[in-house]
Amino acid sequence: MLPHTLIFLPRRPEMAFAYFPHTDEDVKKMLGKAGLSSMDGLYADVPEKFLFKGEFDLPDAMSETEVRREFERLASMNTRLKVFAGAGAYDHYSPAVVPYIFSRSEYLTAYTPYQAEVSQGTLRYIFEYQTMMSELTGMDCSNASMYDGPTSAAEASMMMLACTKRKSKVLLSETLLPQVIEVVETYAKYHGFALTVIPHVGGVSDKEGIIGRLAAGDVAGVIVPGINRFGIIEDLSGLAEAMHSSKALLTVYSDPSALAVLKSPGEWGADIACGEAQSLGIPLSFGGPYLGFLTCRQEFVRKLPGRIVGETTDTAGRRSYVLTLQAREQHIRREKATSNICSNQSLMALYVTVYLSLMGPEGMKDVNSLSYGGAHYLHRRLLETGRFEEAFDGKPFLKEFALRSLIPADRLQEELLKAGFFGALPLGDGIVTFCVTENRTKEEIDALTDVIASIGL
Amino acid sequence: MKYYDKLIFELSKTGRRGYTLPACKWEDGLDGIPENLKRNHAPELPEVSEPDTVRHYVNLSNMNFGVDTGFYPLGSCTMKYNPRINEEMASHPGFSGLHPLQPAETVRGAMELYRILSDALCAVTGMSAFTLNPFAGAHGELTGLMIMRQYHFSKGDTKRTKIIVPDSAHGTNPASAAVCGLEVVQVKSTANGTVDVNDLKPLLDDTVAGIMMTNPNTLGLFESEISEIADLVHAAGGLLYYDGANMNALLGKVRPGDMGFDIMHLNLHKTFSTPHGGGGPGAGPVGVAGFLREYLPYPSVGADVSGGYTWAKGSHTAGRISGFHGNFGVLIKAYAYILMLGRQNVKNAGPYAVLAANYIKESLKDCYKLPIGSVCKHEFVFDGLADAPEGVTTLDVAKRLLDYGFHAPTIYFPLLFHQSIMIEPTETESVETLDAFIEAMRKIAGEAAENPEILKSAPHNTPVSRPDETQAAVHPILKYRRQS
Amino acid sequence: MSKIADGLLYSESHEWVKMENGIATVGITDFAQKSMGNIVYVDMPEPDDEVSQNEEFGAVESVKAASDLYSPVSGVVTEVNEALDDEPGLLNKDAYANWIIKVKISEPAELETLMDAAAYTDFLAKEA
Repeated sequence: MLPHTLIFLPRRPEMAFAYFPHTDEDVKKMLGKAGLSSMDGLYADVPEKFLFKGEFDLPDAMSETEVRREFERLASMNTRLKVFAGAGAYDHYSPAVVPYIFSRSEYLTAYTPYQAEVSQGTLRYIFEYQTMMSELTGMDCSNASMYDGPTSAAEASMMMLACTKRKSKVLLSETLLPQVIEVVETYAKYHGFALTVIPHVGGVSDKEGIIGRLAAGDVAGVIVPGINRFGIIEDLSGLAEAMHSSKALLTVYSDPSALAVLKSPGEWGADIACGEAQSLGIPLSFGGPYLGFLTCRQEFVRKLPGRIVGETTDTAGRRSYVLTLQAREQHIRREKATSNICSNQSLMALYVTVYLSLMGPEGMKDVNSLSYGGAHYLHRRLLETGRFEEAFDGKPFLKEFALRSLIPADRLQEELLKAGFFGALPLGDGIVTFCVTENRTKEEIDALTDVIASIGL
Repeated sequence: MKYYDKLIFELSKTGRRGYTLPACKWEDGLDGIPENLKRNHAPELPEVSEPDTVRHYVNLSNMNFGVDTGFYPLGSCTMKYNPRINEEMASHPGFSGLHPLQPAETVRGAMELYRILSDALCAVTGMSAFTLNPFAGAHGELTGLMIMRQYHFSKGDTKRTKIIVPDSAHGTNPASAAVCGLEVVQVKSTANGTVDVNDLKPLLDDTVAGIMMTNPNTLGLFESEISEIADLVHAAGGLLYYDGANMNALLGKVRPGDMGFDIMHLNLHKTFSTPHGGGGPGAGPVGVAGFLREYLPYPSVGADVSGGYTWAKGSHTAGRISGFHGNFGVLIKAYAYILMLGRQNVKNAGPYAVLAANYIKESLKDCYKLPIGSVCKHEFVFDGLADAPEGVTTLDVAKRLLDYGFHAPTIYFPLLFHQSIMIEPTETESVETLDAFIEAMRKIAGEAAENPEILKSAPHNTPVSRPDETQAAVHPILKYRRQS
Repeated sequence: MSKIADGLLYSESHEWVKMENGIATVGITDFAQKSMGNIVYVDMPEPDDEVSQNEEFGAVESVKAASDLYSPVSGVVTEVNEALDDEPGLLNKDAYANWIIKVKISEPAELETLMDAAAYTDFLAKEA
């Protein structure tokens, strides 16, 4: 324990603690009612040997001032960098209103909205969230959200298996983010389904390779990315039809920010859409909390895991909202539930709902135009330095792209770090990725380019 | 609380904006994207101004009940006070701007926090190592079971495909087991509500991976025979999993690691005061005994020779279970809470929670049916009204409580009783609050006898009355459709 | 008291069977619908699916409960009651007038293992 005071400073044991309102008199009254003479009586049923009698290896209780100081200490050990990286976590702008609404205690300190009569606030924003995610993904229905993108892909895999009885295999395109593949592999190993990762061809999903696997008849479905790990926008035409003709399903793993301008999973003919919604203004926050999403076509709604909110009326005929289709869930169906998930990232769903409300269709287009423009400018400038070659010539990208670095990748990243930039994420074989969002300025891009141009080959 | 009937879509008007962005200075528009990769038409998102948006979401929030609004005695959910210092620390820009893939040397503070919090959780639970990656309690259960299976796999033991779960367990236990590919075998409870050791014995053989236990269990009863259960399961080659859902009863008093548990999860949003957020984000760290350290999921935080930190991967790791390293913002809040508690206050957390539960139980047992009368832990279960008139149910009691300004307890769980009312007060409520709740519960019991109709039609003072759940489920409306 | 119709066969999992020309019409009993409460969804197989005796072929769901359906006979599904898709509450209105699936049975001997109305009445009395 690092923040220990080495000498144990005894605090007065009778000192009241701000979060516990118990006076001696209160304790006496409560014990009396419980028919006990001491606090020890509350644990009389615990075998003596299990009662912890030592000193906890924790720091002394701190005041708020000391807590702030400890966090300052920790924060000072971090380096804030100008982020030119993505790979599943994007540095987008978020209007000031969003964190304000998000931190309101009526939302923050509520439980899952089981008691609908006193939870209409939560239920309504989830309903709005479901509407927005259905719209962005071009799907009929959405659940109330999942933990993160990679786990949403794992849930989508199990959902495809549940929707296609008697099939046992899921295919993944190698162009998915590595962490997505690794999480699905973990779930597959223990849940017990076969998983095949189909290698990419020239930086994009191998559609022919995927379709070629369908003949055996054991494939429940495939997950392919809309924008892939190299930043390339994939052309998924023909894939849904091929999958469906073998009674298999198509899931598209998407960046919902980009879906404001790119062809939606629904338009590609997908059955399920999943992915990471952090790109909708959620702070980078060292990886979490983020927001997984999962949407599907109407016919699969009963196999959709997680919470779902539906509209109805109350006894007075007023429009109201409730958690619905709960018979799918673990508290009712136990081991036969569609999933073990019994929460959502509700507050993060509020975050993106307020974000999308404020941004609207125009704002989302602007975010994408600014990111696209900056990324393409950086792409050009980097090639001009002579330190890179095209990795996948001419393939379309939005805000993230891959190049083959002629400088060793670790050295490249190190030089950038020294100058306060985080970028050039190595993907192996000398391939590195960069990402530009609307938060990066032209000056920053030029400065980054200058740093790289100054590195000797 | 006031009824407010708008959806954000209904405030939308073409041309309104709620954001500001710098003017576009790039030559490239989106025109460079091939047409066949573009959306056919812009998504139908609201077009609203900033003030209208603020008012909308404030109005919506006014229809919500939270811990900050009033007493929330929701059994098994540990709705304790959520300190504001936690929130302040979680929004510290020194953490919120960190990219999860930044090199270790640029995120030493964040990695140190991960490490210190893991150590603190070890201290209060008696486990040897923790992963903070799982996102929620259910995710922690799944991760813990993966570790259990991986342990058996690594010994070449592939036939352990069953998991024993008590009939009083939360539904999540069997569901997590099923997702983990395990077959659930149920062990019965005795009349006293604890695991029936005689029923357990014949279930134990070399096909059993382990047992999942919640202690105290969902009835709020301490499993006093835990020593014997641990010995039996270990002797059969199985492992013991501790479901930390009810850890609040034991915080500062009893450590799962000392009771023989090999793997456990904690709900930081219960025991360590991070807010529930209307259903998440939470965090479900998983702790293990020393011999399972190498089985934790990756990435984990390791120490390097120079006193810094590195990302590590155990030699027998169960795998990757999260995109990055958990709900980091939630971890910050839990760490702030632990610093405030310190070694002094932590000792009172569990005992005060248990005291409050027993106080309510003893104050109400004359008007509500108490199936098991012994000293409870942090929560207990009534089986409905002691003297229920025909047709008055636990649901009616719960709904009537809303009228009195209290959140309802957990109802119809555990399944062992037909009219379960599960009450958990936590250690952060004053005796005056508990007294007011007790008074309301007694009034309701009186109303049930004198004027049952007022219960059956409750709630009367909430933004909406009972919604028609049947209609919602038969013809699901799951998104907004513009009136044409 | 739950209604029990004469002339039908019953399973211990509370399904009823009516036999006509080798086709078994299968539904749930009045006791089953009452213990479920308002039924909001019936999960049914598709025509041509195979079902086996005592194995799951679908589920009925109410707002707060779900119950698996177990086939009282083995065979091939010839028809499912699509009216239940729109109005699952028909099972609450009259559990015997509203069937769930029809099965062309492959093992007529299995019918011997089912209860008649009198035996099912006794069975329910014992269950209670």
